[in-house]
Amino acid sequence: MIDIVQNKCDYCSTCITVCPVDCIEVRESSIKIDDNTCIDCNLCIYICPIEVLVQQNEEKI
Amino acid sequence: MKKKYDIIVVGGGPTGSMAAFEAARAGTSVCVLEKTRDIGYPVRCGEAVGHSGLMQFTNPKKNWIASKIKSIQLVSPNKTSVDINFKKETGYILNRRVFDYDLSKMAVDVGAEVYTKAYVEDLVIIDGCVKGVKVNLLDENIEILSDIVIGADGIDSRIGRWGGLKTSVKMKDMESCVQYSVSNVNINQEQMRMYVGSEFAPGGYLWIFPKGDRSANIGIGISGKYSKEQSAKTYLDKFMKNNYPDASILTTVCGGVPCPKPMREPIGEGLMLAGDAAHQVNPMTGGGIISGMKGGTIAGIVASESIKSKDYSKNFLKKYPQRMLQDFGKNYERFYNIKLAVNQLNDDDLNKIAASILSTPLEKRTLGTVFKKAIFKKPSLVFDVLKLFSGF
Repeated sequence: MIDIVQNKCDYCSTCITVCPVDCIEVRESSIKIDDNTCIDCNLCIYICPIEVLVQQNEEKI
Repeated sequence: MKKKYDIIVVGGGPTGSMAAFEAARAGTSVCVLEKTRDIGYPVRCGEAVGHSGLMQFTNPKKNWIASKIKSIQLVSPNKTSVDINFKKETGYILNRRVFDYDLSKMAVDVGAEVYTKAYVEDLVIIDGCVKGVKVNLLDENIEILSDIVIGADGIDSRIGRWGGLKTSVKMKDMESCVQYSVSNVNINQEQMRMYVGSEFAPGGYLWIFPKGDRSANIGIGISGKYSKEQSAKTYLDKFMKNNYPDASILTTVCGGVPCPKPMREPIGEGLMLAGDAAHQVNPMTGGGIISGMKGGTIAGIVASESIKSKDYSKNFLKKYPQRMLQDFGKNYERFYNIKLAVNQLNDDDLNKIAASILSTPLEKRTLGTVFKKAIFKKPSLVFDVLKLFSGF
């Protein structure tokens, strides 16, 4: 599962471009990840230029 | 707003505006749908273009240009600075906010309709052909029909994905970028600077593009191949701290630049993609303004031809990628191959190349000579370099 630091996001959609399962939706000022579709490949975390996306802590699950 | 147009263009950037301009100028009815509330904002771009590139479309207006660039300075990993004066070309750093707005107005002036805050939710597909879009316009859900949809909707092109086109980009071909528009920096306003090497920007470069009056765009693009270890922002912040600690950051934008080869078939039944959506970006520089405008122009012309022939099939629309490849696509494939060769260079190689260019007198240095040296591991690319850098 991936957490979104909402206040950091610039809604640039770079994460969408590398997502292999198309589970991220970005609008003018909102971002959502569909956890049911997400396969935890973490590519979105790696490509985000400003570290908006982070791996959820295991304790939280 | 009408219920049906000949052509719907999704995205109101330079690509979408040029597509709308050409299609409307040819007498077809065109509607542009832009998801944000402002044409030209936010500016996710370094804003650099060449004079000759811009002149293919129109004479640049004075208020589009923040600064005129006459030379480039390349900085190697060990901070050797190499100046290269442009021979025939002048560069511009644009005010994209003004520029985009004027291009949109240009399309409107010839009959296109532009709507902002128009968020496209889905395509209308009938019998396997794209026949319009479902759009949320100021919180109202509407269906608008068309014979052709042009997706100029940027890197995340949902239009392309809904239309069944493969628009996703491999990590190694994606540049992860962040840029600060800064003030209170003392830099040469007629020179653009680029830093290369693993310390500054692995698999990409860091840029300083002057924007007039002690201002500049300072940004970075790093390859997705390396962005796992450290984010683009981390690299840029380190650079700012070491070099411009007193700069005020007035704007921060981030974004991705797709740097694979341009899509060979950015088309479907009643569907075309252009600009970033179709990966029409120079894979070596990441520059996409001129190629997006060109892709949009060609898409707009072919779309209007398709309307006049009442043939909206993928087969008819093939004219678009054919002309695109002739115009810039094949050259961009060459640029891609040069990029692969340049990416193989390590910091030592880059330092040696910088030292060797430094020993050449300034008046004899060109970007062509730089890249001839940079591809020494792949001599088969010499002819491509000569062809692509003949004007620089």
